[in-house]
Amino acid sequence: MATSTADAATKDAFVAFERVQKSYDGETLVVKDLNLAMPKGEFLTMLGPSGSGKTTCLMMLAGFETATHGEIKLDGQPINNIPPHKRGIGMVFQNYALFPHMTVAENLAFPLEVRKIGKSDREAKIKRALDMVQMGNFGGRRPAQLSGGQQQRIALARALVFEPELVLMDEPLGALDKQLRETLQFEITRLAHDLGITVVYVTHDQTEALTMSDRVAVFDDGRIQQLAPPDELYEAPKNSFVAQFIGENNTLDGKVERIEGDRCAVRLDSGEMIDAKPVNVTEAGQRTRVSIRPERVEIDPELGPDAHTLKAEVLEFIYMGDTFRTRLRVAGQDDFIVKTRNRADQVRLNPGQTVTIGWLPQDCRALDA
Amino acid sequence: MTDTRQTEGTVPLGPDQFTGPTPDNALRDADRDAKASMVAADGTPLKASLARSLRRQKLRALMLVAPLLIFVLVTFIAPIADMLFRSVQNEIVVDTLPRTVAALQDWDYESGEVPGPAVFDAMTRDMMVAVERKEHTRLGSRLNYELTGISSLLRQTGRDVEDIGEVQLDAMVGLDPAWEEPATWAGMLTTPDYREAAAEWAIRADEGGRLFDEPPPRMELAEAAQALPLTADAYTDFARTIGTESQDSALEEEPWPLVYMSLVQDLRQFPAAADAFEGDDGARLAALVEALPTIPEVDTRAAFLEIDEEWADPQVWGTIKAFSPPYTPGYFLSAADLTLTPDGVEAMPEDERIYRTLFLRTIFMSLAITFSCILLGYPVAWLLANLPARQANVLMILVLLPFWTSLLVRTSAWKVLLQQQGVINDILVWLGLVGDANRLVMINNVTGTIIAMTHILLPFMILPLYSVMKTIPPSYVRAAKSLGATDFTAFRRVYFPQSVPGIGAGSILVFILAIGYYITPEIVGGTKGVFISNRIAYHISTSLNWGLAAALGSILLVAVLILYWAYDRIIGIDNVKLGG
Ligand SMILES: Nc1ncnc2c1ncn2[C@@H]1O[C@H](COP(=O)(O)OP(=O)(O)OP(=O)(O)O)[C@@H](O)[C@H]1O
Ligand SMILES: [Mg+2]
Repeated sequence: MATSTADAATKDAFVAFERVQKSYDGETLVVKDLNLAMPKGEFLTMLGPSGSGKTTCLMMLAGFETATHGEIKLDGQPINNIPPHKRGIGMVFQNYALFPHMTVAENLAFPLEVRKIGKSDREAKIKRALDMVQMGNFGGRRPAQLSGGQQQRIALARALVFEPELVLMDEPLGALDKQLRETLQFEITRLAHDLGITVVYVTHDQTEALTMSDRVAVFDDGRIQQLAPPDELYEAPKNSFVAQFIGENNTLDGKVERIEGDRCAVRLDSGEMIDAKPVNVTEAGQRTRVSIRPERVEIDPELGPDAHTLKAEVLEFIYMGDTFRTRLRVAGQDDFIVKTRNRADQVRLNPGQTVTIGWLPQDCRALDA
Repeated sequence: MTDTRQTEGTVPLGPDQFTGPTPDNALRDADRDAKASMVAADGTPLKASLARSLRRQKLRALMLVAPLLIFVLVTFIAPIADMLFRSVQNEIVVDTLPRTVAALQDWDYESGEVPGPAVFDAMTRDMMVAVERKEHTRLGSRLNYELTGISSLLRQTGRDVEDIGEVQLDAMVGLDPAWEEPATWAGMLTTPDYREAAAEWAIRADEGGRLFDEPPPRMELAEAAQALPLTADAYTDFARTIGTESQDSALEEEPWPLVYMSLVQDLRQFPAAADAFEGDDGARLAALVEALPTIPEVDTRAAFLEIDEEWADPQVWGTIKAFSPPYTPGYFLSAADLTLTPDGVEAMPEDERIYRTLFLRTIFMSLAITFSCILLGYPVAWLLANLPARQANVLMILVLLPFWTSLLVRTSAWKVLLQQQGVINDILVWLGLVGDANRLVMINNVTGTIIAMTHILLPFMILPLYSVMKTIPPSYVRAAKSLGATDFTAFRRVYFPQSVPGIGAGSILVFILAIGYYITPEIVGGTKGVFISNRIAYHISTSLNWGLAAALGSILLVAVLILYWAYDRIIGIDNVKLGG
């Protein structure tokens, strides 16, 4: 059943992974049952912890690794047997991979030369690509004479100069400092939009993923845990891994007491009761892990009379400028974080103080244990 | 920094280039003044104390490398310098035949005539001294490199030259037996001080017995001896020689016939010389002067021609003259198949020209070996750099295996494999690829040398190549392919250029090792496959012509340096990487 809907979705997809599996050593699956369909022009980010198989997926798409099982399609055509150089996919590598023995202009000319594009045409394209990344004057330099950010721009220009429809980027900004990263993030998204190219972007920086992408695929353990637009990913994580991985998150473990429509009561391991929204739980008695974002917790809440609240002891108060961060001991755990905005009337809590905390049931998601 | 601008009124001054005493400029000036007189914490100028601390660091660094530096100097630089020096050194002629060399100055080879009596006189004296010092055979072998036959001529002459003065000795002793006494000569020609010292030395020598090794005192000529120049000269040579050769003092040895001959010659020329001597000596000399007409004259030239007709050949004298300077290009000329004859530089006879061919062959074969090492080593190095660790390790052991077996064993193994009744030929015959009658000749020729040397030098190509390839990230080739390059284009335009430094390093190593190799060519090279180094080894250990060996070695060294320079110009020595 699931496969038939997947088939429908991949029919007109530009890039499609269909039940792809990959094993390097014949013993463990690095990628397990990957299904993914991307429409043309989408900016999709693969996000996940180290070793979760992101690069492997990218390499299979680029043709440097072969899928052990399943099919990868590009524009409707299976590409499993097409060698990398015929796939016409632009690629930006984490270490830039600019050819050190060629100048910037020669680097950019390379994909055009192998495509046997005439000299004048070539020069026009190189110029356009360099201007696009604001590196017009650097054509004569060697890669070693450029800064990291400049090299990254050139790598980007080189991946775009032959006008591929699909561009893959494997942690292209991993080696840069924060400021530069933000500038380049913006530039990459702008270029992708202007040129209308489809981008598969790999990162393990969640901010990068959230700010740049149309959709984010969260990888773990060789599977896509959730594939959704950034806001949905943050606000409605489908399982506790995604909740943990994206943004800051408080978790409490317990057992489902009862479920009533879109509300459920959870008995925490410490004995207290709380309200939550059932996401991954279906019946009473299941173990669950509830997740609450720190900014959705209210201190001394004014909730309905039947709402459950918890007692909490203040352990630490951190002043962060625009926000306050308070660490609390809740239900026997002392890593519970509450974020409050710095407003004129916001009370500042002192360590040792005891307060009551609560939240709207829909903000507290009961996920898999 | 702004004073040039002040004069150029046309240059518009920016806000920051105002030269008056603005607060900013005042600050800058103050800063500059402070810098000029910056002092360290202890009050010494900063520059001086920095220089001092740097000097201390340098000194410490120098002390750390000193042992190696001395080692390199002693074992490497000094021998090379010595070799370069030896290749032009030629003092043996002028050292052995000083008088002859001087006398030959006035003789011209072009005249085509035999030199005059003065030269033969000088030659007689030189030869007599040389024979006593046993130096004439060494000179003979040296000059024999230049003119065949001169060695035996000198040996023959050495045997007979002593007889030349014999008649005069006999005549003088017949006149007065005192002439036979060493003391007569010593009393006449040396100072009393010397005689006293020599007498004491003789007593000590008697007491000391066999363990006594103090050299006899140095002979000092008496003032009066100057009246007899030739005699004084000959006697000095005599005293020195017996002092060093047989550890005897002049008091105890009968002088050489040369001394007798010189005295007769001196007195014939200066009959009044006898007056310079007192007492018995004066009387004995006066008597000798009286008797001079009865003493036969010696014609040294006739005597030499009697010993050997060869002495009438101007070629012999021309050769001696041509090689009389203390430095000679002769060895280098020989190394280039030329020869220095009295007529000037000439080519060697056709059948004796070997070195140019050998040099060319050495260079050509070294290039061939280098090239085949690249050809065979490149794929192996690539595999080493790209295989998974475990397979790469096994392969690496296989590459290094040759290093662990003896060079001789490896080379001999090639002999077994390659010879006409060897394994490879047997297999080829068995397969029917070659007939039994025409088995391939793969050993004792160029092929054998190239095969065996390639095998031996292969690791020196693979290791630098491998270490360079190891540093080429696979992402470059991947990038090239993702940009649309086929496997071959990606290799040719991206991978290969980056591996060139490894090829350069490997080639230099292999080529330089090959050009100086000699064990392997010696064993498998036969006559057609030997290198110049085999010839050098031959001259060092068999023919003992070290000068020529040094010249050949120097040429080899220069050839390598030139190739190195050319490499630097064409490819750039920065482009050589042994890794990293
Ligand atoms: N060439 C290979 N041979 C064997 N195993 C490999 C190979 N490349 C990757 N792996 C394994 O596959 C798994 C996934 O690797 P991959 O490089 O795809 O991770 P990733 O998600 O890109 O991680 P990172 O964020 O650190 O780059 C890892 O466990 C890794 O050890
Ligand atoms: Mg990766």
